[in-house]
Amino acid sequence: MLSTHISLEDTPTLYSAPSSSTKRSYIWRLKVEQVKLLDRFSTSNKSLTGTLYLTATHLLFIDSLQKETWILHHHIAAVEKLALTTAGCPLVIQCKNFRIVHFIVPRERDCHDIYNSLLQLSRQAKYEDLYAFSYNPKQNESEQIQGWQLIDLAEEYRRMDVPNLNWKLSDANRDYKICETYPRDLYVPRAANKPTIVGSSKFRSKGRFPVLSYYHQDKQAAICRCSQPLSGFSARCLEDEHMLQAINKANPSNRYMYVMDTRPKHRMQSWWASKKDIGRIVVRISSKIWRDEKIRESDEKARLNAMANRAAGKGYENEDNYSNIRFQFVGIENIHVMRTSLQKLLEVNGTKGLSVSDFFSGLESSGWLRHIKAVLDAAIFLAKVLIEKDWISFGHKFSDRCGHLDGDPKEVSPVFTQFLECVWHLTEQFPQAFEYNEAFLLQIHEHVHSCQFGNFLGNCQKEREDLKLREKTYSLWPFLLDDQEKYLNPFYTPSSQKFTVLEPNTVPFNFKFWRNMYHQFDRTLHPRQSVFKLIMNKNDQNKQLEKEIKELESKIKQQKTRHTDTVLTKESLHCIHADSPALKPSLCFKKEQTLLPVNDAIRTIEGSNTADNRYSEYAEEFSKTEPAVVSLEYGVARMTC
Amino acid sequence: MEFSELIRTGRAEALLLPGPGQPPVRGTLCITSHHLLLSAGHGSPGDLWLLLRNVDAVEKRVAGNSGTITLKCKNLHVLQLEIEGLEETLDIASSIEALTSLESVTTSYPFFYRPQSLRLGDAANLHPPDHFYQQVALQTDAWRLSAVNRDFDVCASYPPALVVPVGIGDEVLARSARFRQGGRFPVLCYYHTTNGTVMLRSSQPLQGANRRRCAEDEELLRAVLALGGGRGLVLDTRSAQAVQQARITGGGTEAKAAYPGWKRLHRPLERGRPLQDSFVRLVEACTDPSLSMDRWLSRLDGCRWLTHVKETLTAACLAAQGMDREGVCILVHGAEGTDTTLLVTSLAQLILDPKCRTMSGFQSLLEREWIQAGHPFQQRCAHSAYAQARPKHEAPVFLLFLDCVWQLSRQFPLSLEFGEGMLLAVFEHAYASPFGTFLCNSEKERYLCEVKTKTHSLWSSLNQSKERRRLRNPIYTPNPLALWPSVEPQSLQLWAGLFLRWTRPPEPAQEAWEQLWRIVTEQEGGDTL
Repeated sequence: MLSTHISLEDTPTLYSAPSSSTKRSYIWRLKVEQVKLLDRFSTSNKSLTGTLYLTATHLLFIDSLQKETWILHHHIAAVEKLALTTAGCPLVIQCKNFRIVHFIVPRERDCHDIYNSLLQLSRQAKYEDLYAFSYNPKQNESEQIQGWQLIDLAEEYRRMDVPNLNWKLSDANRDYKICETYPRDLYVPRAANKPTIVGSSKFRSKGRFPVLSYYHQDKQAAICRCSQPLSGFSARCLEDEHMLQAINKANPSNRYMYVMDTRPKHRMQSWWASKKDIGRIVVRISSKIWRDEKIRESDEKARLNAMANRAAGKGYENEDNYSNIRFQFVGIENIHVMRTSLQKLLEVNGTKGLSVSDFFSGLESSGWLRHIKAVLDAAIFLAKVLIEKDWISFGHKFSDRCGHLDGDPKEVSPVFTQFLECVWHLTEQFPQAFEYNEAFLLQIHEHVHSCQFGNFLGNCQKEREDLKLREKTYSLWPFLLDDQEKYLNPFYTPSSQKFTVLEPNTVPFNFKFWRNMYHQFDRTLHPRQSVFKLIMNKNDQNKQLEKEIKELESKIKQQKTRHTDTVLTKESLHCIHADSPALKPSLCFKKEQTLLPVNDAIRTIEGSNTADNRYSEYAEEFSKTEPAVVSLEYGVARMTC
Repeated sequence: MEFSELIRTGRAEALLLPGPGQPPVRGTLCITSHHLLLSAGHGSPGDLWLLLRNVDAVEKRVAGNSGTITLKCKNLHVLQLEIEGLEETLDIASSIEALTSLESVTTSYPFFYRPQSLRLGDAANLHPPDHFYQQVALQTDAWRLSAVNRDFDVCASYPPALVVPVGIGDEVLARSARFRQGGRFPVLCYYHTTNGTVMLRSSQPLQGANRRRCAEDEELLRAVLALGGGRGLVLDTRSAQAVQQARITGGGTEAKAAYPGWKRLHRPLERGRPLQDSFVRLVEACTDPSLSMDRWLSRLDGCRWLTHVKETLTAACLAAQGMDREGVCILVHGAEGTDTTLLVTSLAQLILDPKCRTMSGFQSLLEREWIQAGHPFQQRCAHSAYAQARPKHEAPVFLLFLDCVWQLSRQFPLSLEFGEGMLLAVFEHAYASPFGTFLCNSEKERYLCEVKTKTHSLWSSLNQSKERRRLRNPIYTPNPLALWPSVEPQSLQLWAGLFLRWTRPPEPAQEAWEQLWRIVTEQEGGDTL
């Protein structure tokens, strides 16, 4: 019934656009005047004329209304030069944050220059050229270090009560000798000794042996992750079997251990990428929801397929060799399928004059929502109890992200976007269960690609250490924390018992197109008023008032006790007087101040602004005396005579 | 007629199977002339009180010595009852079928419903018929109230009081009415205060194959242009082809030569059977949880409901834009002028007029533009999406209107004083209600059945304070501007609160709504501090 919407005013472009004071110091490398910026969805090619600048880090367009559009070079996914037209040379820039801008440059040579510069600037060969290494938010050194210490992996595991009786910290990977893509500190079953770990890692692809990912305290159950075993037809690895037995023993309260295979039945071959990335998503999401009930028999056919796959040298754990283990296959497509799926989706949605029917068939044929559902289904299958609230609390929920997640800026894969979208679907279904809001998810998505902060650079912890990210770049989290009121969900109710267990419903009609992600920059598509702003303000005011009520109550109490004790002295009289509500100006004053943004929100209704409204195309046509074609947003209505 | 003849069995032991957000109830099932009751005894809160008029379809299944009855309601709720005894099951099913198929208006429940908190006739002054004219008269004296239809002679589907240009006499109106289908001559339905442009509605002119003309009708529209700025636009809710076909059967549209200054624009909107089919197919898709993702999307697409929403909103925006931005007078009509015409005129008013966005303004908009304007509720809402019978006159035009309003409320969450609860309540009452507000097809029929004096009004019930939280929008902030919605497919959403209301657990959303109320009312408490 009620879900929250954020208009674009609420999605701040945190630090990606330099503040006006620093702007002057920017040196542009290229300046082209009389450039036209086309409205992506307009049928009559409405445009804004302005000047385009290229700086070392940004592309900047200032239109005739002095409105600025900043695009970070790292955000640019593709630049395309279209065929020359009478108006000039069209240049289309697609960004990783789903912004698409369409420029028309009057002279072809300029267009060529821009094109070449952008190609050069947007594809950095070396990590050292990334924005994060040059970005300086004027933090001093201790702040920088603090920022990086905000999220501590060991602290996160302590929160889950690890190490404990069953799980211990292993130093096997201290020098990244066993597995390069794992972090230094790994948590393994207490029963697993070093030879077991080494043996198991040799048996697993890329050395990714089973390690603890999430531990559920109440149920004493764990989620582990690993890559697939390199078993040939008859290959066995005793150490690996020991490893899984050890894991099983470390979960004393559960009789069975479930091995979940995220590969789809027909796609066992192209397993690697999917194993690495999607498997991780499933684990991530299911660490929010946890189920402990018995799982139905795994699909016989899937197992047969996996058997066949063993011929390729990469298979799955032979069930006979691992007792008390159940297998489950979940069909999640690999990264390449996902990428094309998202591309299709974006293609459809970029069409001018899209009809409802085209929209839905595009949504269907892209299969994007199907993939989202598959991921979420898998997550639910694995787990069903929400972890402690403070895990989700601000800045921590993506905590081990820095340690574990590849955010390679050059790796084009929507896997991370998919994770965010799954979380968004959860927030839509459970508006009260998450402390953060949609803007937070969008902001994280923005910075995964922006390369402005060090958090998402590099492919693994080793690489990140080699890059000396902690010394040379800044962490994103303190910046998000500074702005936290923008990202808080006003409906968040941590106390509600109902939301300790999330039971998301994955019936297809619960999945929607995430407009605020894929059309972030298409202003006209969004709700025109923001509920969030209003509610946040109301909440703030309530808190303020409550505080004042409490203060006053305690004052009254004090006075009462004094009253009964003695006759009032002059001094105490004075004291009451000064604090009495009538004389306290702050009450009214503060209220007025906080109310102001609400009024702003009303002023920003786009309908009030002719320039923003696409119905206005109708205006020019109507004033013509001849029968004319009237174009509304799309669809052409013919005026008959 | 005696209801008791139709009730073959009054009582049985039954179990109501649980649904999402609904606990199971075991108890005694009882059928009265207007209700189905299921009570666990002692007035427990889970008791079921179902108005039989709400039942759209009855399905029965028997197995051994018991049976299951599935009641599919017009508000899209599906109830499953397990009844002990074969005989009882069949009897109860046939009693429900007999009682729900009664068509007589005067024996319907509203004529028997006498709640203690309301008095008959209370609502008479709530939305007085000349209220609209009074509002217009405050702005301009160019329009007058005509009583030409006081005996419903000129037009059976119009109310007695109509607003027309001041210089046009009643005899001109009567002649113009003869040139229009069903006598629905052009009348004023909205006066745009900011620039004095007007919106009128009518039915199609009876032009016919030999392109007849009517001097009085032309005079009437000429007078409108003279009052409203000189330029006019006829918004025809049919395609140009449909108009050609209508000419063969005597209908047509305004010829350019006969009406100088008026331009014509065709915005074809779906109506009648195809619209009903669209509704039925959407509800089918929404009640089938076994669908795969792809199947769901293709069925959502295939039913075309959201296309209809988009087309309707676009047409309304076009009309509103013409008045507000271009300063032209708008005349809206389709064929009969009782369905898609009202959709466009009422939505355009909601877009332009801040008064229509308040609680009482919305009620009076519904009263004026739908009920008194002669939308045939009795025919259109006789059945909802589940009925197996072939639809005759059924079409969810009014539901389409409510859906469009809901889309507006999503895009402008602060600008409407009423919340989703209000739209849902109006939807339910339009299809089955203990109140007389949506009874009959026109004011004339309501007059003949004495609906106003013998039934209670929905509005007076809605205005009682206990309903407030459910119906009102807690974050309403009056907004004097026009609401220009986005009509791109990405901006339109399926109305989950209505179509998925009974298929998913309601708690999370409801609780968030409650919390929204809490945040806002705490604020008000603070204000009074």
